[in-house]
Amino acid sequence: MRILSTLFVLALSVVPAAAQQPGSAAADAAIKAGFPTAPADWAPRLTGDDTMQQCSAARNSPSKEVAEAIRKRELASIVYPPDNSFVGDWKKGEALAQSGYGLRFTDYPPRQANGGNCYACHQLTKKEVSYGTLGPSLSEYGKLREFKPEAVKATYEKIYNSHAAFPCSTMPRFGTNKVLTIEQIKDAVALLMSPESPVNTGQ
Amino acid sequence: MRFLILLVAAALALAPRAVAQDAETEKAIEKYRAMLKEDPWSNPGFLDVDRGEALWTTAAGPKKATMEQCDLGKGPGKVEGAFAELPRYFTDADRVMDVETRLLWCMEKLQGINAADYVKRPHPGGGQPVKDLGAMATYVAAKSAGQKFAAPLGHAKEKETVALGETLFNRRSGPMDFACATCHANSGLRIRLQGLPYLAEKKEASKVIGEWPAYRVSTTHVMTMQHRMFDCFWQMRMPELQLGSDASVALIAFLAQQAAGGEIAAPGLKR
Repeated sequence: MRILSTLFVLALSVVPAAAQQPGSAAADAAIKAGFPTAPADWAPRLTGDDTMQQCSAARNSPSKEVAEAIRKRELASIVYPPDNSFVGDWKKGEALAQSGYGLRFTDYPPRQANGGNCYACHQLTKKEVSYGTLGPSLSEYGKLREFKPEAVKATYEKIYNSHAAFPCSTMPRFGTNKVLTIEQIKDAVALLMSPESPVNTGQ
Repeated sequence: MRFLILLVAAALALAPRAVAQDAETEKAIEKYRAMLKEDPWSNPGFLDVDRGEALWTTAAGPKKATMEQCDLGKGPGKVEGAFAELPRYFTDADRVMDVETRLLWCMEKLQGINAADYVKRPHPGGGQPVKDLGAMATYVAAKSAGQKFAAPLGHAKEKETVALGETLFNRRSGPMDFACATCHANSGLRIRLQGLPYLAEKKEASKVIGEWPAYRVSTTHVMTMQHRMFDCFWQMRMPELQLGSDASVALIAFLAQQAAGGEIAAPGLKR
């Protein structure tokens, strides 16, 4: 229901937001014409939602007011695990952190679960030396946060929707955009927050 | 010997990634690049330059015509230096065109080729040679090698196109919320171990844009700029970017403007 009402609000606010942005109508038209083979259900991929339009217009540096509106809206989109347990299996988390599979037009029909591709942008375990630097290092992530329960929940929220913590973050909204499932996000949380995870044991 | 080094570079590029190995790969490619400077003809991309030149003068299509009357902006048949001034506005087509879009337009007008059909599969699969249009684009680009990017981009439609390109460069969409700027708006960053050029900045853009079209060691074929854009959007989880679309031309025009003054070194050599 929360998602439904968020979507409804988004749908209502898309038009005025787009109208404020100079040149965005031309950009929308060019994008629509530039991808003529897009399947009908890919239409949302072309337009981006209200948050993306605001972030694009502000070049990811929104004003305080816009940032606060984004933060609230994105926080409201987070769906929590029914039992409020946020920690899954770090081994599965490591596997999805390695995988960049999913959602490309060559990935259909799906041959495996989507990956989170965390290593593309972040350092995590010491063992994996092929990591990107677009995002901050997450080495010893849980240890640095003393494995506190509120940090565990915050980690889940950041992966589910990074904009709830950092409006116009460059990180994908893995939960809200249905890149990863709730179970997969819990596994990613385990990789970061389990004391046994190599991210924290230094292995 | 040339091919041996190429094979070594390719093998290293395909090996499981690790810092040491990647440094080795980079070293091997660097060594190969140095060899290219000593002997520029050892770049396999030149095979497609030659192929493109032959295609330019070979009658083809329903009209059985050559491309020799194609006007790339400097007059019919004038290839030398034309790439350095593209993209540009063409009065006859009443739109801004990059080299590939213009070549496709000429193929349609002069040779009678069905452009709508051609753009359905305009790019080669891995290991396949660049298609005819791409080979001609490589030939045309190579005919500006050593010159500096100097697209005029002063016409109202050209300005509009560059502005659109900049908007699209920063426009986030798709299920990953990516924009070109997500990866190319900072210096010294990388995906895994692959360094990312800072294309929002003129200094870095002018170093790398002129290397396209380029021979890619990892896919063993020449990749054109239109193909490179298509590939970025694939990675962004967007649909297939149509060759010659306004969006593709706008992005290429924006990049050409960013690269103004940079030297053209086509065909380049990439990982």
